[in-house]
Amino acid sequence: MLLQILFIVFSIAVLGLAILTVTVRNMFHASLTLVGSLFGVAALYILLEAEFLAVVQVMVYVGAIATLIIFAIMLSRNIMRSDIRSANDQWIEGLVAAVLLFIVLGLVVSRTGWQTVSAAAPADAIPAIGSALVGEYVIPFEVASVLLLVGMVGAIIIARERER
Amino acid sequence: MNFVSDLFRNIGIWFHTWLSGFLPSWAVLLIDYVLGGIILLVGILVAVLFVIWVERKVVSRLQDRLGPNRVGPWGLFQAVADVLKLLTKELTTPDGAEKISFNLAPLLVVFPTIMILAVIPWSQNIIGSDLNIGVLYIVALGSIGVMATLMAGWSSNNKYALLGGFRVVAQLLSYEIPMVLAMLSVVLLGGTMSMQGLVEAQGGGFLNLPYWRVFVIPLGFLVYFISALAEMERTPFDLLEADSEIVAGFFIEYSGMKFAWFFLASYINTVLLSAIATTTFLGGWQGPFVQRAPVLGIFYFAAKTLLVIVFIFWIRGTFPRFRIDQLMGFAWKVLVPLALIVLLLVAVVVKLPVSPLVQQAILFVSNIAVLLAALGLLGRRLRVATERQRLGGRI
Repeated sequence: MLLQILFIVFSIAVLGLAILTVTVRNMFHASLTLVGSLFGVAALYILLEAEFLAVVQVMVYVGAIATLIIFAIMLSRNIMRSDIRSANDQWIEGLVAAVLLFIVLGLVVSRTGWQTVSAAAPADAIPAIGSALVGEYVIPFEVASVLLLVGMVGAIIIARERER
Repeated sequence: MNFVSDLFRNIGIWFHTWLSGFLPSWAVLLIDYVLGGIILLVGILVAVLFVIWVERKVVSRLQDRLGPNRVGPWGLFQAVADVLKLLTKELTTPDGAEKISFNLAPLLVVFPTIMILAVIPWSQNIIGSDLNIGVLYIVALGSIGVMATLMAGWSSNNKYALLGGFRVVAQLLSYEIPMVLAMLSVVLLGGTMSMQGLVEAQGGGFLNLPYWRVFVIPLGFLVYFISALAEMERTPFDLLEADSEIVAGFFIEYSGMKFAWFFLASYINTVLLSAIATTTFLGGWQGPFVQRAPVLGIFYFAAKTLLVIVFIFWIRGTFPRFRIDQLMGFAWKVLVPLALIVLLLVAVVVKLPVSPLVQQAILFVSNIAVLLAALGLLGRRLRVATERQRLGGRI
């Protein structure tokens, strides 16, 4: 019962803040509501007993990605004026595309056979995650590491001072 | 005697059973949690007042003067006088400041630091919430504080605040990496991410002393301590809030109680990072005879944390500060490689098929060897750079 109430509250928070993110005029306030929405997703992960995922969500999304978004907004001054309209003239086409996407997503979600397990979540999931990362899923793990390394090296090369 | 040997836990159990006599169980749980939160909050605020007094006394004695000695015995209530003064100041808002984030930033800077209080193990049975991902929780909350200082610096509509804000974010993000890697080495040695588990893994042996991580990976402790100094923005890394440099950096435009929140966040951060250093490296509440009398644990913890804090203030009174480029170079070119080497050593040695005592001896010896090698390399580079400067180049 309490879990139901918490789930409803957090879902309303996530969805409400997400709607605010796309409708608020001021881009900086939009990024703040995005941060709130990501926190709500972390709370939903905790309700699902995936604490590791919740903490990683806060660390990666709020601590890194949201900080970078705020950096980008701060460094571009003319986004901050509140007289910029947040909608342009193609809103009818956008509305049609959004409704079609909603129908497709709804059909996919309702027709998938979601498999539920009746066993409880393991009390300590971290050893299981660790051994899965270096055992069964080692190739995606290494490929993701190489991808991050390539991104980092590319950013350093682009932002480097030109040697005279 | 048995009641006193685990005094605080027994008081808690007695209170709980007394409440259960006339309240339903959900009300007892609620009261337990709310009371625990209030005790933690009041405790940390009183500790911060004490730490402010300790800082002013230690730094003033190092500078051959007396420090505050008028308000209360030995100047103990000076912080109270400061808070009263800050309460009476006008809360100015600069013209053109972004009002929502200007007022939100002080709150967002303080809340993550208070939230970290929940996972610190004060004693064997006194901990807010023993999460099995305690270390990761601390790291995640640290990253929220970074965003809040960025908001504070930018929303002040002040170029110096913005510059200070960007530099603070660069410093905090750069020094978070060696800090997390050093904590990760301790997690590898302890085999668990839960803070209480990390302290329990440092027990045993003669007087509960030999397995403290500072005796096993001293280089890891050094890396963690230097990174924590930078995370607290303390000398020698306080370029961004020193009065002679950038006049308070990212919180220039904050006055009165809003400034008091940043001040509070800085001191809570100091106390908490010292507490985390004590928990992960100095053995937390472990000490002689702590299995027979668990109430001693909280005294050992407080003593060790206070030792680390006084050491930090000692360093403040002694060293000059780094330039911003020296700061960043030190983090990325010295601390991160050292932290990675320590992590690699721990990961390799922990899997060797020898007894734990031999493993610890190997780790200790290899740590000292790597530290001496690094000091030798750095010394050679310093000599080369000084020669170059003497001959007319630049360092």
